Amino acid sequence: MNSPVQASPHALTQRTSGRIMALVMVALLPATLAGFWQFGWPAFCLWLVTVASCVLAEALCLQWAGKPVAPVLADGSAALTGWLLAMSLPPWAPWWLGVLGGAFSIVLAKQVFGGMGCNVFNPAMVGRTVLLVSFPVQMTQWVSPALIAQGTDLAQAVSIGLHGVATDAMTSASLLGHVKTELGRGIDLAGAMVAFAPDQAYTGARPGSLGETSALAIVAGGLFLVFKRVIGLRIPIGYIAGLCLPAAIAHAAAPDAFMPAGAHLLSGGALLCAFFIATDYVTSPSAPFGQWIYAVGAGLLTWLIRTWGGYPEGVAFAILLMNAATPLLDLWARPRIFGRRVGGKPLAARRVQEPLR
Amino acid sequence: MEQMITAVMSLTAIGSGLGIVLGVAARRFAVEGDSRVKEVEDMLPAANCGQCGFPGCAGAAEAIVAGTASPTCCPPGGKVVALAIAEHLGIALDADEVDDVPLIAVIEDALCIGCTKCYRLCPSDAIIGAMKQLHGVFEDACTGCNQCAEKCPTGAITMQPLPLTVGTWVMPKPALAA
Amino acid sequence: MAHLVIPPIRRLLTRWGIHPDARKHPAAGLDIVDAGLPPLLVLPLAQQAGAPARPIVRIGDHVLRGQCVAEAAGPISAPVHASTSGTVIAIGEAPMPHASGLPGLAITVRPDGEDRWIERAGEPYPIRLAPEEIARRVAEAGVVGMGGAAFPAAVKLALGQRSVIDTVILNGSECEPYLSCDDRLMRENAADIIEGARLIMRATGARRVLAGIEDNKPEAIDAMKVAAHPYPEVAVVRIPSRYPMGAERQLIYTLLGVEPPAGGRAADVGVVVHNVGTAAAVWRALRHGEPLIERVVTVAGGALAAPRNVRARIGTPLYWLIERAGGLTREPARMVVGGPMMGVAVSDLDTPIGKGASGVLALTSAEVGEREPSACIRCGSCVTACPVGLMPLEMANRIHAGELGQAEDIGLRDCLTCGACGYVCPSRIPLVQYFAHARGELASRERERHRLDHVRELTEARAERVEREAREKAEAHAKRKAERAAAQAKEAAAKARDEEISA
Repeated sequence: MNSPVQASPHALTQRTSGRIMALVMVALLPATLAGFWQFGWPAFCLWLVTVASCVLAEALCLQWAGKPVAPVLADGSAALTGWLLAMSLPPWAPWWLGVLGGAFSIVLAKQVFGGMGCNVFNPAMVGRTVLLVSFPVQMTQWVSPALIAQGTDLAQAVSIGLHGVATDAMTSASLLGHVKTELGRGIDLAGAMVAFAPDQAYTGARPGSLGETSALAIVAGGLFLVFKRVIGLRIPIGYIAGLCLPAAIAHAAAPDAFMPAGAHLLSGGALLCAFFIATDYVTSPSAPFGQWIYAVGAGLLTWLIRTWGGYPEGVAFAILLMNAATPLLDLWARPRIFGRRVGGKPLAARRVQEPLR
Repeated sequence: MEQMITAVMSLTAIGSGLGIVLGVAARRFAVEGDSRVKEVEDMLPAANCGQCGFPGCAGAAEAIVAGTASPTCCPPGGKVVALAIAEHLGIALDADEVDDVPLIAVIEDALCIGCTKCYRLCPSDAIIGAMKQLHGVFEDACTGCNQCAEKCPTGAITMQPLPLTVGTWVMPKPALAA
Repeated sequence: MAHLVIPPIRRLLTRWGIHPDARKHPAAGLDIVDAGLPPLLVLPLAQQAGAPARPIVRIGDHVLRGQCVAEAAGPISAPVHASTSGTVIAIGEAPMPHASGLPGLAITVRPDGEDRWIERAGEPYPIRLAPEEIARRVAEAGVVGMGGAAFPAAVKLALGQRSVIDTVILNGSECEPYLSCDDRLMRENAADIIEGARLIMRATGARRVLAGIEDNKPEAIDAMKVAAHPYPEVAVVRIPSRYPMGAERQLIYTLLGVEPPAGGRAADVGVVVHNVGTAAAVWRALRHGEPLIERVVTVAGGALAAPRNVRARIGTPLYWLIERAGGLTREPARMVVGGPMMGVAVSDLDTPIGKGASGVLALTSAEVGEREPSACIRCGSCVTACPVGLMPLEMANRIHAGELGQAEDIGLRDCLTCGACGYVCPSRIPLVQYFAHARGELASRERERHRLDHVRELTEARAERVEREAREKAEAHAKRKAERAAAQAKEAAAKARDEEISA
């Protein structure tokens, strides 16, 4: 018999990898549109350039490696990486930042490991971290709300994209950066926290990364993914718990030195991370218990880095650290096998005792 | 200057101390011969068929341990023996690369003259027969060592792969770069 | 009185399995029709799990419907009976439903058209028979598990004589998509099933019967409840629809909340599970003395004109069944015997159906979901889907790397090969094929290792024998030499004495 073996099952779900990526992109739309609306044309152009850079880098790598290009690009994973990276960049960052970040993400964090599914670290977060460490000034220039109110046009966007934001007068600090600076100067938290306005955090009218500012839009997209069963609830809940519980305890103990949990949750990339970045399939554990450890660990690390680290924001570092633990978690935190104990020994035979009626 | 002398002296002391320990250990715990040769020989089928090109299974075991022969050099042992030896000696071996078609002797009925040469030669008693009688091969006992085929005066014996049945068929590995 | 048993919350909260498209219609809504008599019936000898049956007829023999043509060969085996009267025209290889596509042995019967029964010994009140007698007659009738695994039913009935069985579970879950043969059987022949279940209960010494039926078959549940009404020991339980609910251990867990230990049997927790079709066959075997020679088969799939359930004789070839379902409307991408999740793809339409064939499916390319596999995105869908808590992606990774031992360490042996992981995989990685390959490869290596051990023993024994023979020969030679020498010496001495005397 020369015909190739047709192994079971002879039926298949409609959900393909490309479809999953598309659903994630749909879920990212509200937060992205909120970012565009908030930060205007420069943000849109930066997003476009970053996504294009990632797709191009992926295509070149595949071509170079002699792998098929079109089918791999069609699944949209490179575009999604670029999208997530753009979401975490300052909205008025110069274009070269996006291009460089995209190339780093795809080449250094994805293709070098062997491409789709083989990377250990979240490509978007590797890209962001490389940029943050290499270009700290450009990566922390947040547009001031005053400037946002003036409105933007395409010409201005091109100018910003090519030359960057010229003066410090046009930028302001994000809440986390502001608090860190003020605490460092010896000013107590109450004074530093004046800048924090929860209602602005919901809609996104505040300085911050492109896609991080509107909490409502992010949560809406995240819940859409949960509803569509693209992601589970374990990682978002675990991450938020890991971040907020220690924050709440510390704040209760010393309100002057530690930010409240709500401020932690609503500032920086915490929510984006909980729903979109920590849930990245490739770099997060696939076993349920492992997911809990991973998510709580990432949340806790985020809080630790924000509170005591050198950088005001710790999401990217926390995710990368937990990414490194993922292979171990998948090995050690395997689910219990049916009919066996957690260690792998068969269960003792237990007879049915209770009568059913 | 004093610090430098301290550093040099202490490193010298540590180095020579460890060197002495190693030297003593090497003398004290020296092993006569290589025990692995015997272990590998025990894993081989002991047919002494010579297909590997070495004088008997002992010779092959020596060569494998010395690294001059591959664990896959034993055709009668096939994949199972190769993998077992590779694991025992810590040699990396890709299971897919091992040619694994166990061959067994098949006697062509029309050509067999019942000379009993093969029957007397077979190292594992896999051939049954008597003078002037058609000889037969026990599939389960044949290692495919080819000695009988070489001695057969009429060329009635050939080495052929075991026929595939539903019971021995193995689902092929998916050909996919996952 | 039949009850609804509400499973504890814990069981409802555990997540395993998948919800594939059921696709049971239109076949599930139509009556079972008789498939009629094909021109040739091919009776496979290896229809059951265990040893193939041994033929007891010869080519040219005339056989009657229900006559035994091959007897059970060993403790786990089952006899095969002619499914109509006719002449045995061949005993040899025929195409078989097996993933390898390799042929298997079969007895081919050409029907004479009279369809004459052999003399049947029915029992008006079979429930009065002794348990051993029930098991013996079921074995004689060649009844095997009709859910797909085709394990000889009598072996499970005899379990009661060795271990204490508390509960008989009737498996009416029919969780595979497309299949509705059990559904139709429960709707149309519920009484046979319930009576058969009571016989199984009697044979195993159990005190109750639980019939688990998925909630997507309300008519079957109603019919079974009506049939079970007179018997307080028989309960019909509605269970959630989920694949693979029909897997023995998963069904036991859903109904009773106990997990049979890995590597053990259902009997370890005092349970024995039988398919509803098996129960009906048991009843027919005892009440009417009819061996298992026909079964209900779902003939369905997108490439068929009129999918429906047919009552087909064992040995009916696929093309005949396809014709009964209106014929093909287009070239199917795959022909499958069994369900789409665990069935076997076949390419030869002369392949006959066996006792375990619950379905014959002609699937279109869209239904099969033929796609090129792509890289694993580690989405973890397979981990969620796995009913036994394995990590299919990790196992496949290790097998791909050739590390079969590692795959075994993380649970390869516990895999049911149910196909839930393969179904949900968005990258269409042939996970089940990986596992089947790894298991086959490990088993093959094990066989080869045994063979080599055996050969080494023979070789050593021969070497020893050759040495002993040489030694004995040498000894005998030496002995003869010594004897000769002694004789010569004696002779010489005698001669000397003679000379002395004469001197």
